[in-house]
Amino acid sequence: MKSFSNKKVIPGYRFTCGITFFYLSLILLIPLAAFVLYTAGMGWEKFLAVVLDYRVFHAYYISLLTALAAAVINGVFGLLLAWVLVRYDFFGKRLLDGLIDLPFALPTAVAGIALTTLYAENGWLGQYLYALGIPSAFSPLGITLAMVFVGLPFVARSVQPVLRDLDPQVEEAAALLGAGDWLTFRRVIFPELVSPLLTGFSLSFARGVGEYGSVVFIAGNLPYETEIAPLLIMAKLEQFDYQAAAAIALVLLLLSFAILLVINGYQRYRVQKQGV
Amino acid sequence: MAIEVELKHIHKNFGTFKASDDVNLTVEKGKLIGLLGPSGSGKTTILRMIAGLEHPDSGDIFIAGKRVNDLPAGRRGIGFVFQNYALFRHMTVRENIAFGLKVQKVPPKEIKARVDKLVELIGLAEFDGRYPQQLSGGQRQRVAFARALAPEPELLLLDEPFAAIDAKVRKELRQWLRATIHQLGITSIFVTHDQDEAVEVADDIIITNHGHVEQAGPPAAIYQHPETPFVADFIGESVHVPDYTVFKGFSNGAGSHEGILRPEFLEIAADEEEILMPLAAEQGTVKAVYFRGSNVQVAVEVKGQLLHGWRSLEKKPLHEGDKALVLIHRVYSFAGGKTQIIENSAKQEESVVI
Amino acid sequence: MVAVKPHNFRQWGLIGLAAVFLLVMLVLPLILVASEALAKGWQVYLDALNEPFARKALFLTLEATVAAVLGNTVFGLASAWLLTKYDFRGKAFWSSLLDLPFAISPVVAGLLFVILFGRMSPIYPFLRAEHIAIIFAVPGIILATVFVTFPFITRELVPIMEAQGRSEEEAAATMGASGWTIFRRVTLPNIKWALIYGVILCTARALGEFGAVSVVSGHIRGKTNTLPLHIEILYNEYNFTAAFAVASILVILAVVILILRNLVEWRAKRGLRNGN
Repeated sequence: MKSFSNKKVIPGYRFTCGITFFYLSLILLIPLAAFVLYTAGMGWEKFLAVVLDYRVFHAYYISLLTALAAAVINGVFGLLLAWVLVRYDFFGKRLLDGLIDLPFALPTAVAGIALTTLYAENGWLGQYLYALGIPSAFSPLGITLAMVFVGLPFVARSVQPVLRDLDPQVEEAAALLGAGDWLTFRRVIFPELVSPLLTGFSLSFARGVGEYGSVVFIAGNLPYETEIAPLLIMAKLEQFDYQAAAAIALVLLLLSFAILLVINGYQRYRVQKQGV
Repeated sequence: MAIEVELKHIHKNFGTFKASDDVNLTVEKGKLIGLLGPSGSGKTTILRMIAGLEHPDSGDIFIAGKRVNDLPAGRRGIGFVFQNYALFRHMTVRENIAFGLKVQKVPPKEIKARVDKLVELIGLAEFDGRYPQQLSGGQRQRVAFARALAPEPELLLLDEPFAAIDAKVRKELRQWLRATIHQLGITSIFVTHDQDEAVEVADDIIITNHGHVEQAGPPAAIYQHPETPFVADFIGESVHVPDYTVFKGFSNGAGSHEGILRPEFLEIAADEEEILMPLAAEQGTVKAVYFRGSNVQVAVEVKGQLLHGWRSLEKKPLHEGDKALVLIHRVYSFAGGKTQIIENSAKQEESVVI
Repeated sequence: MVAVKPHNFRQWGLIGLAAVFLLVMLVLPLILVASEALAKGWQVYLDALNEPFARKALFLTLEATVAAVLGNTVFGLASAWLLTKYDFRGKAFWSSLLDLPFAISPVVAGLLFVILFGRMSPIYPFLRAEHIAIIFAVPGIILATVFVTFPFITRELVPIMEAQGRSEEEAAATMGASGWTIFRRVTLPNIKWALIYGVILCTARALGEFGAVSVVSGHIRGKTNTLPLHIEILYNEYNFTAAFAVASILVILAVVILILRNLVEWRAKRGLRNGN
């Protein structure tokens, strides 16, 4: 019986399995394994010495802080964008909708130099911000702005389809029970959006933590001030200190995985609890 | 009896589609009303306008004597049960039922007492901590019902309340709903396209078609005295005949010769012994026999027109091609746009002869 | 969910806020690129584009993109077929591997290949003896580009193939069709828009990849410099006009990709409505 149930009706199992396994091994698994072996080979002492160095520690701190700030901003505005695009009909809506994906299509280096020029002290927007005493480039704020740019589509694109598929009758039910717009949004609509918001938030956050191209120009890269972890990896590589680069990279990798695991775990918990 | 709901000259268009075309109706306090009609006949629109979810283009809506046209949905004192229940997925059974009470800032103690009573009423006291996704269709329906009742509305509206439930559970739920609504004494209107459901559940039926009310009244009256061709056709099973005047006893029909025959208007007999008045009966040929569980449906051709009737399983079986006697008791005809019931005159003659 | 015409101050306010956010975050940088690129007139702009290093960089970018898109298309089709047409043990594991590149910083991705093929690698002596250059050469650039883009096509295909189920392929298989025939005649017509969509996303990302390529490239002008890297060099040499001129090429490509993307989405939706 077992052999019967294992039989694949549609041909091509071995062929597609072969291609998939070969490709994943070459591109992902072998490089990852080599990387893990390499970092394991350097020993705990060296590893900890690199990772616990204050400069490295500060770079993680800046990376996480700015990525978190960017993800929060994207959460708020992504929800706003999705809401406006799903709920209202207005002139130019299709254009706005198409525009949201620009950060996916625009190379990060282009975004990087454009944002830097825009927010520099003599830039179109920077001149006003600097006049107000806000250093918008070469500061954590600048890094956050770049991360907002690259992570902008994630939340909007996760929330949009869920919002579109919401049953209008559920809102009518709330209205009939006497709930106002704000209460209906808070108690009835928002709980439905928590899951896609979290998905978009975590994608935006992960993208921010790892982002390099758009950030490198606007960050200014001052150690202990505006140096982010990917930049530091780059710096170590340029000094041919591969071990240090690998150690920093490993921690960065584990951080990203941990974030994704926590958020996925929470989603699964919600699904189990409510059956949604 | 006091009038609970009144609609006067309601018009409502969606684009070029006339959803309501001069709708007038009244609902007495405490009654359970079935709003019956084919899909697209405007019955759901009527319900949604009473609730305040749609707004009429013109006309007035009164609830308990008060004009409510400009009152928002949440302030009309209405409970509404949606077709797909529209339960709040992220709230438990208890939280769903309590929602309307919380909105009205009812003290928590009172909320608890009221919700306790309601989960008891719907028989889900053990499941009150569950989420809607963890309930069966029938259970969800009852939660939706309890949620609508929680704020103690004057009027309960139900949109196709049984449409999404499987056949077996539906039967039980209908009876439960009817009994519960009568027990509570709340005025209720439910929309349905299923006439069996309307006949079984409702005290009074309102039949809609093409955006207006065709007829309103108790099920038996509508069944026996359909006022319009549409109602005659829509209610019960019916067969159209192009010319009923060719049949024995109907030769003096006036106006249109088109008629509607119901299966229960026919008596189909295998031979003269089975029939009371053989002289008033027509000769026919059996064209088909369908077994229907509790009886058989027989299609017979009489004078070139195909008629349908029922036969008890206890009687002699008929087969395709058999000769049969067909006694037509009465016919609905449509003279002057009104339905007339025409009795078989040969029947009377025969009883006079005997 | 039905969209309504906005009819009060609050709704117009929300739309206005969303529009201003998108204009400042997305449109303003684009205008800036155009304005900076043409700041010194058309002649300087065209000269910057005609410069041999810029042309070389463009060709290398196109080469890497074409290679990555071709490889990823084959892999995307094979892996999506494998994940949706068969049941096998460890399926969840394999499909979660596909999301890994989204959690890995591009810089770390580049680092993986440096460690695998670079000087500290155990296979480096062999590569050197055979005169195979991977790091600081074109193969490394292609590998890095493939790494950051390989999930795109699979991720577009899996949901739609999942939704379509297996019955059509199973029916064809019971009639004796070969795997290739089934794919070409039954599956491909159902998934062609999703495939094109995935290819477009993959192309966009491959064209603009910066971090990963930056690590493995070595920045050798006229040899291992892609367009985004070339922009970085020009920018760091304070040759802003040339940097923005080259960037404008990538902006134009990005806009073309966005338009294509929207066209495909519109076409796919129409196909869905017509029932094919």
